[in-house]
Amino acid sequence: MKRVYVNEQWCLGCHLCEYFCAFASTNEKDMARALKDVRISPRIRIEEKDGISFAVSCRHCNEPLCVKSCITGALTKVNGIIMIDRDRCIGCYTCILSCPYGAVYPSEDGAIQKCELCIKTREGTPRCVTGCPNGAIVFEERGE
Amino acid sequence: MKYVIVGNSTAAVGAVEAIRKNDTAGSIVIISNERYHVYSRPLISYLLMGKTDENRMKYRGDSFYSDNNCELMLNKTAVRIDPDKKLVHLDDGTAVSYDRLLLCTGASPVIPPVPGLDKVRNRFTFTTLDDARALNDALRENSRVLIMGAGLIGLKCAEGISKRNVSISCVDLAPRILSSILDDESAEIVKRHLEEHGIRFYLNRRVTEFEEGTAYLDDNTPVRFDVLVIAVGVRPNISLLKDIGGKTNRGIIIDERCRTSIPDIYAAGDCCESMDISSEEPKVMALLPNAYMQGECAGMNMSGVDFVFDRAIPMNSIGLFGKHIMTAGTYTGDVYCETRHGSCKKLFYSNNRLNGFILVENTEKAGIYTSLIRERTPLDTIDFELICKVPGLMAFSRKTRAEKLGGVRGGATNETIGA
Repeated sequence: MKRVYVNEQWCLGCHLCEYFCAFASTNEKDMARALKDVRISPRIRIEEKDGISFAVSCRHCNEPLCVKSCITGALTKVNGIIMIDRDRCIGCYTCILSCPYGAVYPSEDGAIQKCELCIKTREGTPRCVTGCPNGAIVFEERGE
Repeated sequence: MKYVIVGNSTAAVGAVEAIRKNDTAGSIVIISNERYHVYSRPLISYLLMGKTDENRMKYRGDSFYSDNNCELMLNKTAVRIDPDKKLVHLDDGTAVSYDRLLLCTGASPVIPPVPGLDKVRNRFTFTTLDDARALNDALRENSRVLIMGAGLIGLKCAEGISKRNVSISCVDLAPRILSSILDDESAEIVKRHLEEHGIRFYLNRRVTEFEEGTAYLDDNTPVRFDVLVIAVGVRPNISLLKDIGGKTNRGIIIDERCRTSIPDIYAAGDCCESMDISSEEPKVMALLPNAYMQGECAGMNMSGVDFVFDRAIPMNSIGLFGKHIMTAGTYTGDVYCETRHGSCKKLFYSNNRLNGFILVENTEKAGIYTSLIRERTPLDTIDFELICKVPGLMAFSRKTRAEKLGGVRGGATNETIGA
């Protein structure tokens, strides 16, 4: 299955992936208008220190601790993609306590949010991947 | 192959989902002493709050049993196992035969032996959907609610009913709230927060006697109440196995394959005692994530695939009136501590390993700390100083990061062995 992978040596630390991610979950056509004056809450996040930077988003683990630990059953793995049913999530954050990558985040409305490979928002390639100016984030099959 | 599961909660679901990965033909019978489709027990407080409903609190969808070809026997209690004939006897006089049996019988509320308690009419426990329904029906405008026990169950109950225009008092033997998962300092922060939301505490206090409508504490304080909730703890339901000579302590003793001491009988979830790898001591870890993973492990082994679950640690994520608290592991060793107004972070470490943590607020990316405990990561292989301040993958070596972000496995390290 195709997943998002990160090549740290090519990451510029520009944070554009975060903006494209936040934009992908809006219904706006224009990115500048959609995100102007908005404090974004993206599902992919850059870690950076001393000139090193890289993006972290859900790994869609084969043995997903977040799904196994979810107390409501709101997190499920469907066709290889870990999905959140925000209507059933009550925001206990057990998934945040469980994720070894730090890739699950709270959201404004109390439910958690995480990368779902943009399948709820648009077809094809996730926006963080198409928006990365240096090919540091790729969407590809790397064999199971 | 005929699989029989006693219990119909998280561990049972973990087992069913695992069995069906390996065996789609065998029959699965689930015996439940409740009358409900599988629901998430921790959600009963959210149900009282109106944050969920009986439909959304189902732990799996309506077609779970039919999708997995399970026979569900509701309102039946397993009363005795015959391990020689491989039968489970039920309270209606019938018996169910098994090839492999899984006990996920959960735990029951402890009722403390306090004089007069049996005469209190409006008396409730708070672990099941029926408990929540009964409590809900008993609450009136301006009800005075007394909760015995300031642990997870008692405090989630308090939060659950707090919007109902009731007054809430909470009494506990321990000198602090959440005494099994917080230390004095962090408990004080959370207690102040709860007091700001109107909950009154009587800590370090024992109820010596009940009269109808009044609890007398050991300092002679009378606490008047209309509704009493008993939440002083739970006791694993071990009798089915204990009665046939299976090894039990406080809980049913299981190995890392979730086998009990009796052949072809497995156990998982809150009824069990298993190894806590953060303290290297056997413990009852009555927590939903462990229940699922033990159930899964049992299901794999029952259906013929060798599978080990040896990563259990205590871990809790709890929200109370908007304040998030996360804890994991064991609080021994040196302490890294950050305390600010209303928040606190404590990391406990020794012998090059992280043993445990307490986070009040500051919970972002806490799973990275959890993974250090669960994986017993040698702290000299990471930038420990950095990770104390900021949990992140940055603290790992470039090579480890490349594996984590470029690899395809991920998640739990309890892998199928030799499959």
